[in-house]
Amino acid sequence: MKSLTLQLNGSKVTHEVEPRETLADFLRERCRLTATHLGCEHGACGACTVAVNGQATRSCLRLAIMCEGQSVQTLEGLEDDPTMEVLRRHFHQSHAVQCGFCTPGMLMMARDILLRMPNPNAQTIRDQLSGQICRCTGYSGIVTAIVAAGRELGGAERPQP
Amino acid sequence: MKAAAFDYAVPKSVAEATALLGSNGAATAAIAGGQSLLPLLNLRVALPDLVVDLARLEELKEIAATQTNIRIGALTTHAAIEDGKLPEAFGGLMQKVASKISYRAVRNHGTIGGSVALADPAADWPGCLLALGAHVRITGRKGTRSQPIGEFVLGQYSTSLAADEIIVGFDVPRPDAALRCGSFKVVRKSGAFANSIAFAISYGRGGPAAVVLAAAADRPCLLPAVAERIKAGEKSEDVLRDAIAQDVAKHVAKDDPYLMRLHTSTVLRALREVQAK
Repeated sequence: MKSLTLQLNGSKVTHEVEPRETLADFLRERCRLTATHLGCEHGACGACTVAVNGQATRSCLRLAIMCEGQSVQTLEGLEDDPTMEVLRRHFHQSHAVQCGFCTPGMLMMARDILLRMPNPNAQTIRDQLSGQICRCTGYSGIVTAIVAAGRELGGAERPQP
Repeated sequence: MKAAAFDYAVPKSVAEATALLGSNGAATAAIAGGQSLLPLLNLRVALPDLVVDLARLEELKEIAATQTNIRIGALTTHAAIEDGKLPEAFGGLMQKVASKISYRAVRNHGTIGGSVALADPAADWPGCLLALGAHVRITGRKGTRSQPIGEFVLGQYSTSLAADEIIVGFDVPRPDAALRCGSFKVVRKSGAFANSIAFAISYGRGGPAAVVLAAAADRPCLLPAVAERIKAGEKSEDVLRDAIAQDVAKHVAKDDPYLMRLHTSTVLRALREVQAK
């Protein structure tokens, strides 16, 4: 076991971890932050997407111990985030959710897209979202929701990741 | 889908990293972005005793322009290249190649050094760097050496790296204004490794040219007959197809008409991009 200290959703957190533990398992099992979902555990599905130092990251493809001293944001930490607030509302309005398993990863990636690319069109969103797998919705509602959120945020001041 | 237990070390210098790697007969693995190693660990395909984390080595992050070369540190991420962080655009080639590697979340951590060290035959960087004539800079316990990437990659997941050696970075010859680049990649599922990738560079009629096909053989291969036609300014598609067939047949079994058509098509599209500029 090794000691790991990182900034988790704005708070300093220290835990003993095994080197083989992925960031995803660390978040779910040690920190009890279960918004981060684990689908494939080898980087194919995108359900476990979080932000590390502000950059979209597959938490199943990162050892927790590699995040020493880094900043990690999960969906739980973005409740009051202005971009996430708009995304949440449009996901609701466009019915961008069915079973909900992929939704945390979709929201994290959607926020990353909107922070990098103001007001993206549907094609850009489909390209950028191609690493997130949803087996229920057929993606239409999700793309519609992100287009609408991008439009609403397009003129506003953009918060930094 | 959980990795087997291993030990983990964060060396503070390249010398410390090379001392740890391959030491005492232990199975050691170097990790940078981990975007290829983590799936292999999670699937228990890779079973190292010790994982050596190179991600904090500043010497591997250097990006610089010298008189003759663009120096690209091994830890440079695909996302950094996609976002235009290199001091030279290489006719837009490296930015375009980076933007089509896997997904953004993977590009944020995956590194150019890690991609070349793994030497997956269908990876993007080994072929791209071969077309650009890059050298690999390598450091081990015995010192530092430099090797053309065409000699560095020996085959499928096989390179000239000794157990104690790491890639420090790449020296890519600085192009002049005449450089024209093209590339084309076929991927059945977005984000997966490619079925066929072609890279073409040209310095205009009479100037140097290089054409590379990746994901066809056990390593990226140069297509010299096609490069000769590009150098001569050949525009005829029939002539180019003959040259492609001649080169590709050396690397792909001719009795697979699908693969022959696929690779011919990616090379032709890369050539058309060069010729359209």
